[in-house]
Amino acid sequence: MTEEITRGSNAHEDQDRLISQRRYRKMVIVVVASVSAVAVVPLLIMSGITYRQYEEAFQAELTRPMLRFAEAGKASIESYLSERLSALAVVARENSVEGLRDSGRLEALLANLNQTFGGVVDLALIDEEGNAVAFAGPLEDRSVSYAGEPWFREVTGRGVYVSDVFLGYRNLPHMIVAILHDSSEDQQYVMRATIDTDAFHWLVRARSARRPERDPVCRRCHSLGVLPFSDAFIINEERVLQSSSRLYGEVLDPTPLPSLPPSRQAELLEVEDEQGEPLIVSYAQIERSPFTLVVLSPRVALHAGWLPVRRDLLLFPAISALLIMAVVIWGSIYVVNRMREADAKRAALYHKIEYTNKMAAIGRLGAGVAHEINNPLSIITQKAGLVRDLIELSSEAPTSDKLMPLINSVLKSAERCGRITHRLLGFAKHMEVQWENIDLNVLLREVLEFLEKEASYREIKVEFSYSEEPPPIVSDRGQLQQVFLNIVNNAFAAVEDGGLIEIGIDRVGEEAVAVTIADDGVGIPEDQLGHIFDPFFTTKKGSGTGLGLSITYGIVQKLGGHINVDSKVGEGTRLTVTLPITRSHA
Amino acid sequence: MDPIRVLIVDDEEELVSALEQRLNLRGLEANGVTTGAEALAYLAETPCDVVLLDVKMPGIGGLELIKRIKEERPDLQVILLTGWSSAEDAEKGKQLGAYDYLMKPVKIDDLVKVLLSATARGGGQG
Repeated sequence: MTEEITRGSNAHEDQDRLISQRRYRKMVIVVVASVSAVAVVPLLIMSGITYRQYEEAFQAELTRPMLRFAEAGKASIESYLSERLSALAVVARENSVEGLRDSGRLEALLANLNQTFGGVVDLALIDEEGNAVAFAGPLEDRSVSYAGEPWFREVTGRGVYVSDVFLGYRNLPHMIVAILHDSSEDQQYVMRATIDTDAFHWLVRARSARRPERDPVCRRCHSLGVLPFSDAFIINEERVLQSSSRLYGEVLDPTPLPSLPPSRQAELLEVEDEQGEPLIVSYAQIERSPFTLVVLSPRVALHAGWLPVRRDLLLFPAISALLIMAVVIWGSIYVVNRMREADAKRAALYHKIEYTNKMAAIGRLGAGVAHEINNPLSIITQKAGLVRDLIELSSEAPTSDKLMPLINSVLKSAERCGRITHRLLGFAKHMEVQWENIDLNVLLREVLEFLEKEASYREIKVEFSYSEEPPPIVSDRGQLQQVFLNIVNNAFAAVEDGGLIEIGIDRVGEEAVAVTIADDGVGIPEDQLGHIFDPFFTTKKGSGTGLGLSITYGIVQKLGGHINVDSKVGEGTRLTVTLPITRSHA
Repeated sequence: MDPIRVLIVDDEEELVSALEQRLNLRGLEANGVTTGAEALAYLAETPCDVVLLDVKMPGIGGLELIKRIKEERPDLQVILLTGWSSAEDAEKGKQLGAYDYLMKPVKIDDLVKVLLSATARGGGQG
């Protein structure tokens, strides 16, 4: 049984160590979590904000050239178209229908236009019925009637017309611009010019082909380490290419672009190409035409310059956070380890004080014990001496009737001495914590044996009372002896000679036992009641260490119990020690 | 010459009887009681030369008893028997008028010597 309890006790000590380790580990986690929360979280938030702002600024910086390019391209193309429409208007205004019917005149005007502006393939004068009444250019076909053509109807209705690009007879991209001839006669005529759209290619591409250092837009892009764009082209309302594109092919090839929302100024849009890669699109609608200038660039290309900046932006907080975390973890472990060492030292010191207190208690007992032992020793001395006297001094040899009672008395007194020393030894041992089954009744009576003589001399009455047979408890014998000796000693100190000390053992529920030690002594003033368990608090001026009850309190807590005190000056003090029946952690 | 009359007062009856016999064997007239009250009653009725008194006793203790004896019989010599732990009490006893004190366990020859010395000095009472 004892062995089982010892084994159980070792298992409990292992569990204690484990709980203690867990407690310190939890402490490290709590310290690390709280310190990093106040140190790292603000850093991460600030870094996040900075990152976002940088990203937005960089995005704007990268897309601005695209927008500016689209605006500039739009202006160039509008200017190109406007020049040609104006030239046509001038021709119509300056020349009468009759004048223009003269083929030589029209040829001369065509030559003049090409010389001044270039890119005009042919000129034609068309009457109301859609028949060309005059023509200047390389390919003349007078049999064609334009009466049913949509463009012819539009120009006669609106006065001006700009066509989509189409491939002419020479398989070259062309477009038509036409205006209504402002004639005073009833008959309406249309002036039509076929324009070579090869110029679109130059208008769109030439800007990107310039040396970057000469173009402020391109220079900016160059300094950012990216191309201003990957592709630039013109599409019509059906999103069919009106100029060649690097991505989508040649003139009149369809593009996969989505319908672009109408806008008078350059806009930005993000779309995906056929492979699902995101594209940044900048577009601008050309006024008075079906054209839209489109500039696009894969987002990856635009972001190429952003990546190193992003790396720096992410690296700094990441390294800072790592460094902070490393310092916090190291610091927390260091501090908690120091705390653990301090706790261990404090525990060792407490143990030492506890030991000292016990030794002091034993020392106090020593006086009583010495006196108690002196009495049987005196009896032994005198009885043995009497035996010798009887042999030496009596005239006749002593008979066994005379000797035997003396010898028995010697033996009885020696036995009494043995009991006293045994009791003292029994109290002094068990300095190591040892859990075992304890009968509180027996233990309390053992403790009281030490004070039996004092009780007898001072005529102090000690009464025991139980509500029922107290159950055995699992606890530490040595520690409990110290607890009750401290309390009973205090009770003895508190009562007058002839006083009364009542000791009761009562069961509290299923799991605890309460030992009550009540005296009818001087009592403790109310203002001191709250301090009696404080270290170094004493009412016994000069004779007390002030550690007894403090240590008692600590021991009882360690054993999983608690102490209550109730006192009234002049009536006495009642201390109740409640202890668990089975071993528990306080 | 009349033998020296000694009253032994100690709560240990066994000790009292042993001392009685040993002192009697040495020619003294020793009687013993085990309480202070008995001692006072004895002294009220019985002549005595010297009282051998234990300091620690239930009821009327040794020191109290010296006071009472000295009140009634200032000339009666009192010798204290005490343990080491009661050395202070023994000193107090001397201040109260005790002739001497002896530490337990006492040697009989030492005791007889002190008894003889006390009676020689005090003269006793017939």
